Amino acid sequence: MAFEVVASSRVDTRKTTSWGYVRSAGFQIGLILLFLAMVGILSMFNARPIIVGYLTLGYATLGILFLTAGIMVARARAFPDVTRTFLGGMLAGTIAAAMLAVIPAVMSVVNLRFIFVALHKPLYDMLTFTFASPVVGIACLIVLGAALGAAGVLLMLLPERIGGPLSAALIATGLAGLFQELVRPVLASSWATKWLHDLLYTWTGMHLQGAITIFVITGAVSLLWVLNRDRARAEWNTLPPTTRRNIRWGYLALAAIAAVLFPLYAGNFIGQVLLMVGLFMLMGMGLNLEVGLAGLLDLGFVAFYAVGAYMTALLMADSPFAFAQLPFWIAMPIAVLTATAVGGLFGVPVLNVRGDYLAVATLGLGEIARVIVLSDAAAPVLAGAAGILQIPRPELFGFEFNTPVSLFYLTLVASLVAAYFAWRLQDSRLGRAWTAIRDDEDVAQALGINLIQVKLLAYALGAAFAGLAGSIFAVMLGSIYPHSFQLIISINILALIIVGGMGSLPGVAVGSLVLIGLPEMLREFGEFRFLFYGLAIVAVMRVKPEGLWPSAAKRREIALDQETMAEQQALKSRAG
Amino acid sequence: MTTETVAPVPTTSRARLFASLERITLVDVILWLLRAGILILVVVGTVATLIKGTYSLSHWFDFFMFGLTIGGVYALIALGYTMVYGILRLINFAHGDITMTGAFSAYFLARGLDRSGFMDAHPFLSTAAIMALSMGVCTVIALIVERICYRPFRHVATLAPLICAIGASFVLQHSFRGMFGSNVRSYPDPEWMKGTVDILGVTLPVVQPIVIGTAFAAMLFLYLIVQKTRMGTAMRAVSEDRDAAALMGIDANKVIIFTFILGACMAGIGGVLYCFVYKQIYFFTGFLPGIKAFSAAVLGGIGNIPGAMFGGLFLGVIESIGPPLFLDGLNIPAPYQMRDLIAFTLLVMVLVFRPQGLIGEALAKKRA
Repeated sequence: MAFEVVASSRVDTRKTTSWGYVRSAGFQIGLILLFLAMVGILSMFNARPIIVGYLTLGYATLGILFLTAGIMVARARAFPDVTRTFLGGMLAGTIAAAMLAVIPAVMSVVNLRFIFVALHKPLYDMLTFTFASPVVGIACLIVLGAALGAAGVLLMLLPERIGGPLSAALIATGLAGLFQELVRPVLASSWATKWLHDLLYTWTGMHLQGAITIFVITGAVSLLWVLNRDRARAEWNTLPPTTRRNIRWGYLALAAIAAVLFPLYAGNFIGQVLLMVGLFMLMGMGLNLEVGLAGLLDLGFVAFYAVGAYMTALLMADSPFAFAQLPFWIAMPIAVLTATAVGGLFGVPVLNVRGDYLAVATLGLGEIARVIVLSDAAAPVLAGAAGILQIPRPELFGFEFNTPVSLFYLTLVASLVAAYFAWRLQDSRLGRAWTAIRDDEDVAQALGINLIQVKLLAYALGAAFAGLAGSIFAVMLGSIYPHSFQLIISINILALIIVGGMGSLPGVAVGSLVLIGLPEMLREFGEFRFLFYGLAIVAVMRVKPEGLWPSAAKRREIALDQETMAEQQALKSRAG
Repeated sequence: MTTETVAPVPTTSRARLFASLERITLVDVILWLLRAGILILVVVGTVATLIKGTYSLSHWFDFFMFGLTIGGVYALIALGYTMVYGILRLINFAHGDITMTGAFSAYFLARGLDRSGFMDAHPFLSTAAIMALSMGVCTVIALIVERICYRPFRHVATLAPLICAIGASFVLQHSFRGMFGSNVRSYPDPEWMKGTVDILGVTLPVVQPIVIGTAFAAMLFLYLIVQKTRMGTAMRAVSEDRDAAALMGIDANKVIIFTFILGACMAGIGGVLYCFVYKQIYFFTGFLPGIKAFSAAVLGGIGNIPGAMFGGLFLGVIESIGPPLFLDGLNIPAPYQMRDLIAFTLLVMVLVFRPQGLIGEALAKKRA
């Protein structure tokens, strides 16, 4: 139980001095800033405007991090009185800024570009605010750090009526500016909303009056909510439970309809992004069966994806390698069945392998599959590195799925069907057997669960989902190459599941949106996509191991742990 | 509850044989077929190659020496894996990428020394400097990874540390890509590294004895540290039983840090030697040698230091001799493409059939 506490919540046991905490907060933020600058993320972010002409993502990142320094000091309640908290926040911000300032200081003296490619002129200009004299620029940076550190403290200390709407307005403005590629096509599509589009955005992004508009509107709405929240809650509680549930379902249905209709208005780019999100969601559901439910860490998952894609290609393509030219609706089930069979076969050797070793063994198997597919030896059958080309699009009663939006709807239907299967499996006898072997294989075997059958079914069914996704992938791209099936995809999907919450279906959707949607939407994230994944994995594992949307079972476990912890604290304080 | 008669315990050897035959399942049959299949492939391929006689004895000797060379590198990296596993029971997935970080820093120093002519003038000093830098960078990064990804999970026996390690591996790879760019860098080729040298009547490229010699020296040094010094004894104690060692007054924290430092130093040397052999480096070079070194560590019995050394050399030799030996005999075109296949197959076979390694070490069985 103590283990669960360490794994599922953050237990703060260190008691440092107040100024020591300030130093540590500033140091941590400074390290993060140095890292972002040296890896090149900061200068890349600087190229994207949030408010055209006034604020870029780079400066916004700086600002948010300095604010965080102040927020950390305020939240830690390091000081009893307000003045010292402000001073603490300012000091933390100053320390962070001073650490970052080392970079332009060094850059003004020596050129390290031949070693660190990210230390180039755009970064220097950004960090010195394009002042000619480096001393002035660095001084500006430090002043900014101090000021925003204090502002962070202010944000935390403000009463909720002001602080809440202020934060909400800032966040909304930031998001509206950042995701302008997402919002603009929707607003521009129909003449009813075009005036809104012109009010808020220009060619490259949001302009100042748009920012102010959104800020004011969101602030007002948020203020109204904060002022009337208690009354609204009281009224809500007077409603009978059935009405409440109906209203909730009503909202959910509206949201679902809006989400489904959104791509029609949003254009092909969004359709493509959502299509990739949907594919990864399908695969995530499959891996979720293996990792989240059954506890079998499978890093060779991409092999099943490849089997589905190659089987579809070999059954559909207009190429000398294909066996036949079947329509998609016949080729796809065959591909899924093949993937299922391969999954079962794949599971047989690794039945007795556990834990870390299973991860590496499945990784090895996946890599073996990739090397064979890529090799010249298998080229007569699988086309080797040249790939299989000319895969036709699916057709249904004369309608051809050749736009990203139509393929997205195909993926959506497939995902819904798959999600239904996954959901029913989760609560079935098999699903419970899986959770039993995840928790303890030996006990499960002692209780009469046939380990072989259950594990093989986990691999096979997980592979079925991947095969379906591979099938759609093949017809989406029209041609497949072995290079599309690398280990990194398995790790992507693993990251998805971890970020969303292991064993939880809605978590898979959240994970896909965050880890697949975000890098596509923000090209800057896309450049550093894998760095972002790695950081997400480590951050989630450290801070919130149960993920962003944990499964119901996990939430119950955590609630139970927190109750027990609270009880223990109460006992300790009473005894001590 | 009805009382069932318990089946009689088989006494005669014939009865025991029949009893064990009864317990065979389909899975066992498939696994036996797998083992037999691979064995048959290897034997048939070897016989065919030897009959064809494409390669002469001197060819085989060259392959063998190259295998020893790259095997030395794998052994050094495998030592890091095996030591960390022995102490923490955790696969340090990021170890291959830590090697890469050291190799990268070595590259920059080497380039600078080469350009200024220092490297040609003072080969030993420059190599020593490069190795020192590589070891230092590896150590720093290994300690950072340990602090962030492994220390919080020290008492939690779940998949969390492994997943964190995978994340750390990615962060390292792509931070280096961001910091240094994604082009492939070529390690400088000074005059004293070119050409061949005659040792004991055989002609070898200069690189090979340098790499083999350095690898063996490093391994000997590590062995002496682990066997003869107090810290080494403490390491062995903690890997055997952490709590009992704590009762003896050993600070587990210090020992763990020391282990990581040792492993990182070995990785640093290994990284530089890898550059000597392959001369090309980019942000992703750490991944494949990392996996192969892990296979080597498991081959030798994970947690077993001489085992890791043996496993590394063994893997290197098999990887070098394998493609010409049996793949060529099976008439597979371009057998060198399948070189990684051999390493991965060996890895899977060991993990599935003999997780305690060829030499055998109780750790793996205990884990399962």
